[in-house]
Amino acid sequence: MATASYNARRTRNSIAMTLAVAAAAVGLFFLFAILITLLYKGFTSISLQMFTENTPPPGEDGGLLNAIFGSVVMTGIAIVVATPIGLLAGTYLSEYSRGHWIGEAAKFINDILLSAPSIIIGLFVYTVLVVPFGHFSAWAGAASLGLIALPVINRTTQDMLGLVPNSLREAAAALGTPRWKTMLSVIYRAALSGILTGVLLAIARVTGETAPLLFTALNNQFFSSNLGAPMANLPVVIFQFATSPYDDWQKLAWGGALLITIAILILNIVARWVAGARTNLQ
Amino acid sequence: MALSAGVAGDKAIEIAHKKAQNAVVQDRIFYYLTLGSAALVVILLLGVMASLLIGAWPAISTFGPSFLWTQRWSPVKEIFGALAPIYGTIVTSLIAMIIGIPVSFGIAIFLTEICPQPLRRPIGTAIELLAGIPSIIYGLWGFFFLAPFLQEHIQPFLIGSIGKVPLIGILFGGAPYGIGLLTAGIILAIMVLPFITSITRDVFLTVPTLLRESAYGMGMTTWEVCKSIIIPYTRVGLVGGIMLGLGRALGETMAVTFVIGNSHNISPSLLAPATTISAAIANEFTEATGELYTSSLVALGLILFLITFTVLAFAKWMLARAEVK
Repeated sequence: MATASYNARRTRNSIAMTLAVAAAAVGLFFLFAILITLLYKGFTSISLQMFTENTPPPGEDGGLLNAIFGSVVMTGIAIVVATPIGLLAGTYLSEYSRGHWIGEAAKFINDILLSAPSIIIGLFVYTVLVVPFGHFSAWAGAASLGLIALPVINRTTQDMLGLVPNSLREAAAALGTPRWKTMLSVIYRAALSGILTGVLLAIARVTGETAPLLFTALNNQFFSSNLGAPMANLPVVIFQFATSPYDDWQKLAWGGALLITIAILILNIVARWVAGARTNLQ
Repeated sequence: MALSAGVAGDKAIEIAHKKAQNAVVQDRIFYYLTLGSAALVVILLLGVMASLLIGAWPAISTFGPSFLWTQRWSPVKEIFGALAPIYGTIVTSLIAMIIGIPVSFGIAIFLTEICPQPLRRPIGTAIELLAGIPSIIYGLWGFFFLAPFLQEHIQPFLIGSIGKVPLIGILFGGAPYGIGLLTAGIILAIMVLPFITSITRDVFLTVPTLLRESAYGMGMTTWEVCKSIIIPYTRVGLVGGIMLGLGRALGETMAVTFVIGNSHNISPSLLAPATTISAAIANEFTEATGELYTSSLVALGLILFLITFTVLAFAKWMLARAEVK
């Protein structure tokens, strides 16, 4: 009797553990299935032409130059604006408002923004920056991306400043250093790699965002560096071209998809590496 | 001589005093800069809510609360109801959770209990990289590979087997379209996998080694330790992680837009094309003509915001409780 139940327990255990291994295999399978599909479908469309020519009308040859340019410009503006604000906001929430309920509420609100559906951010920017001006613009696109990057940078700054040992703050204070100077030249420096990781992750998050750009930057078939006008960008071009019936367009969409995924995976891996370098140092 | 030394001393004191005063001013400036930035984040969230409310007002005042349970969506007659998108959002997210939760738990158990130490980091990182893939790529992949695959191989089988069973058969009736609620749910399940897994793994690791090892010492199998020690101990955190994943699934846009089929019909079959709140907005917003049409789409956005806000707030609350413990 005892052996029978022992055997039953062992069997149940092996079944459960096999299922757990299978679950991990399923997860890895999907990662590789998606990556291999992208490589297989996208690799042939990656060529020099993709980086030197603009998006074509259906049936003609072309590249993704205007879309790549637009994505880089809008992401750039978004990050340049969101980084200092996110950094300062994270500083306040981590250094000045410790334990105070207002700070806790602001942290909570930031976390809500962090996970809020990006399409909602798009609707917001549409009502604030597109409707009043009467047209779509790269500014609006950059603003929506910035709004998505801001909570990411804010949150990582909070987490990273929290890891800086208090003895550093006390040592600086004992030397009579003003607090702002302590922050700039001691605390930020100690948390630098962590903050950098946050910024890299924010870039990675923003690069693939499509939904908010649909009604802010929209798209532009031509090369445009006018920030007040609609601007092409990779995600929206991928969306429009992939859902089009034209083979050339679909092919370009796969090329763009591969490009964007590689860029994001590299950013993710570099971010991990930067964060890892930090933990090894300590 | 003595006098001039005194003057120099006074000067030094004065300079030091000035410096200290400057430092106070600079500190104030820095403080207000950080305070302003933090306040900006709060103002932004309030701005988002206010703009959604104002944008949705024409629809709310025209249709009233019946907007929530009207199925009809007719841009031509300007009659709009949110039932179909709400139904689609909830059903796709439910499918995602039904598939995603057990798989995520399995991966977390694998990563914390079974996996050989040197492989833990690479496999954990690979699963987390799933979260890095942008949603439009999931949509692309789902549309060109998963949907045709389901259409040719899985759905005919489902229709032929479970579809014939009374009662539950309704769920798998109709034709194999490929795109539809089930496909969107599966894509969402893959997308929430890394989020739920990483939180599950983290809370699993909070179980004290002492507790875990005494359970093993009693002669429990790994599965029994997971089932009777680890999962009960981390219950609150697990619910938080699931809610966080649910929040993601509810608001996910591009991946769903590709594979949902965009139909404002409510069909009992999971294989039928449908729509979700976010997919309806993404598809129709730029084409919407007329104030009422646009406003109805914004009202959908407001509903989505309220749903995800509630779910995320609950998730945060549960996770905070798990940390306190």
